[in-house]
Amino acid sequence: MATVATRPETSAESSVVRARRLGRRRAAIVSGVLALLVLAVAATALSVGAYVVSLPDLLATLAGVGEPRDEFIVLTLRLPRILLGMLAGLSFALAGGLFQSLLGNPLASPDIIGISHGASAAAVAALLIFGLSGLAVAGAAFVGAVVVATAIYLLAWRSGLTGYRFVLIGIATAFLVQGILGYLLTRADVRDAQAALLWLVGSLSGARWDDILLLGGALAVLVPLVAILAPRLRVLQLGDQSAAGLGLAVQPSRLALLAVAVGLTAVATAAVGPIAFVAFVSAPIARRMVGGLALLPTALVGTLLVVASDFIAQHLLPGDVQVPVGIITGAVGAPYLLWLLATTNRSGAVR
Amino acid sequence: MTLASSDTAEPQAPPRGTGRLSGRVLGLVIAVAVLAIAVFLSLALGARQVDLSSVIGAIFDPQSGDTNQMVIRDLRVPRTIIGLVAGAALALAGAVVQGLTRNPLADPGLLGVNAGASLFVVLGITFFGVSSAFGQVWFAFAGAAAATVVVYLVSSGRSGPTPVALTLAGSAVTAALTSIITLVLLGNLDTLNQFRFWAVGSLVGRSLDSLAVFGPFVLVGAVLALSLGRTLNVLSLGEDVARGLGGHVGRARVLASVAVVLLCGSATALAGPIVFVGLVVPHIARRFVGADYRWVLAYSLVLGPTLLVLADVVGRLVLAPAELEAGLVVAFIGAPVMIALVRSKRLGVL
Repeated sequence: MATVATRPETSAESSVVRARRLGRRRAAIVSGVLALLVLAVAATALSVGAYVVSLPDLLATLAGVGEPRDEFIVLTLRLPRILLGMLAGLSFALAGGLFQSLLGNPLASPDIIGISHGASAAAVAALLIFGLSGLAVAGAAFVGAVVVATAIYLLAWRSGLTGYRFVLIGIATAFLVQGILGYLLTRADVRDAQAALLWLVGSLSGARWDDILLLGGALAVLVPLVAILAPRLRVLQLGDQSAAGLGLAVQPSRLALLAVAVGLTAVATAAVGPIAFVAFVSAPIARRMVGGLALLPTALVGTLLVVASDFIAQHLLPGDVQVPVGIITGAVGAPYLLWLLATTNRSGAVR
Repeated sequence: MTLASSDTAEPQAPPRGTGRLSGRVLGLVIAVAVLAIAVFLSLALGARQVDLSSVIGAIFDPQSGDTNQMVIRDLRVPRTIIGLVAGAALALAGAVVQGLTRNPLADPGLLGVNAGASLFVVLGITFFGVSSAFGQVWFAFAGAAAATVVVYLVSSGRSGPTPVALTLAGSAVTAALTSIITLVLLGNLDTLNQFRFWAVGSLVGRSLDSLAVFGPFVLVGAVLALSLGRTLNVLSLGEDVARGLGGHVGRARVLASVAVVLLCGSATALAGPIVFVGLVVPHIARRFVGADYRWVLAYSLVLGPTLLVLADVVGRLVLAPAELEAGLVVAFIGAPVMIALVRSKRLGVL
């Protein structure tokens, strides 16, 4: 194809092919750089801390031939936290990207249209009313997200599903669930309420291998499903009529994609709590760099975002303060979102 | 519309038939009567059984030693009055915002204006130690104004946003502001304790002193809002038409925004961030009077307080002797109404 580029009489078709090739190469380069960044941050987070593990020691430990002390610090204390953060970031980002593409709006991420709210309310109810902890709270969060998503889907269904009905009914549900959440917080002791608030921020502390195995297992099912369904999503983005004209079963495809996106949101929220704005910002950032659906870059941006934010939350704050990761993503994401809203409307991004 | 042949430059004037007019006035009188009943119920019903004579006595023949009368005077009268003021403010603000954005789903709460006021009040409590109502009012106004500016920027594009885009933007603003609020609260147990009770939207525990602070602002905002009826009617024809008819679109937008900030800031500071009153009430009003904003605003002024006071009464009764906050009851009524609105028709532009 290199010869095509040199020929001036390139036909329209081959210029499309060339543009695609360039796009694909660009996506590959961006993904590679993002992956390297993730690795670099993860390696730094593994070695830096109250006790510093040098890079050779770190590699030896990861290869299984390190000293017992390094092994304990790296494999038992630091690695679970980073792995959980990576998996959660990937999961949130993919979920956000799927929702935004499916519903045709860069603002329509699960943390805005009620799915995360459902998980939060259920988890807080489990914490405050039933006094549950650990895995039971995660289970409640998962169930909450799925129940709310199902309710939104059924309420929005009216001889078919359209994006705008799903979004608007999701928002109505979000405000309703937010009210219930507030009610639950007023009924508890203020210290319990604070603990619940901590869960609502999203945190990686106390990461255990059990959590990682659960989340990893769920992702081992969900991520291949995303890969299988991605071509359908590309066709759906042409609009319902065109998609149907191309022979796609529109409603079943949309339901399948929504189900996968809800699943991703639910498992990630159950594992680490609703870490703010990762689902919201990852896909727009990735698409600004690559264009198109950009699912792989999206997942990598989400991973990088969570791991880097957690590193900042752990090590880089003034006065050696350590905070949950959601504080950092929230503190960065909220102003970014407001800025995005205030500036991009004229260019028609918010439609 | 044959504007060219008309000598009065008044677009979208309601039909001048006296029958229509008297029907609307009669409807308004009935609405006021319903409001009076709501107020009476709010004074009479609650966890403590109070007989009718005490209710009447508490108002017309106060006795200092009577416990029943004390419950009514010290607990139920304040929350009723605050419900009246906040309900009127939120409903008027909702009608103005719906006219301003030409969006049937607009509600100051849904658009993030209440969240803006909340955030600034929280910041005031935490970092400036502001606990008095008089101090909080300025923070509430500043926050409401900041959020209104964001909404204004989003809604002032060339063709204006669709209802979905505007509602999503408001929801996103709320999410962002809520996230910042959570950050502040997490490190501060005292603020959290104050905030969580205020944030559900309750009419309880506010003193009438704060009303003396917020009352004048609500009054100014309400007068401003009620005077905007004709302007909103012109705006509802679309910006280009409005400009062609000689309307000052820019000035109208600014005046409407000022009214929304005054009304929402006060209501939020008084009763917490209550959502859905501003959405539901104008739609109920339209059922009776059609699209004429002069009447929608007048009806909203009466129906808003009715909704909020009745919600408070319901909240007292369903879990008695415990209580459900009025804001939560309104959400349970409002969310289904919004869902029904979304399902019922193709959402056009108002």
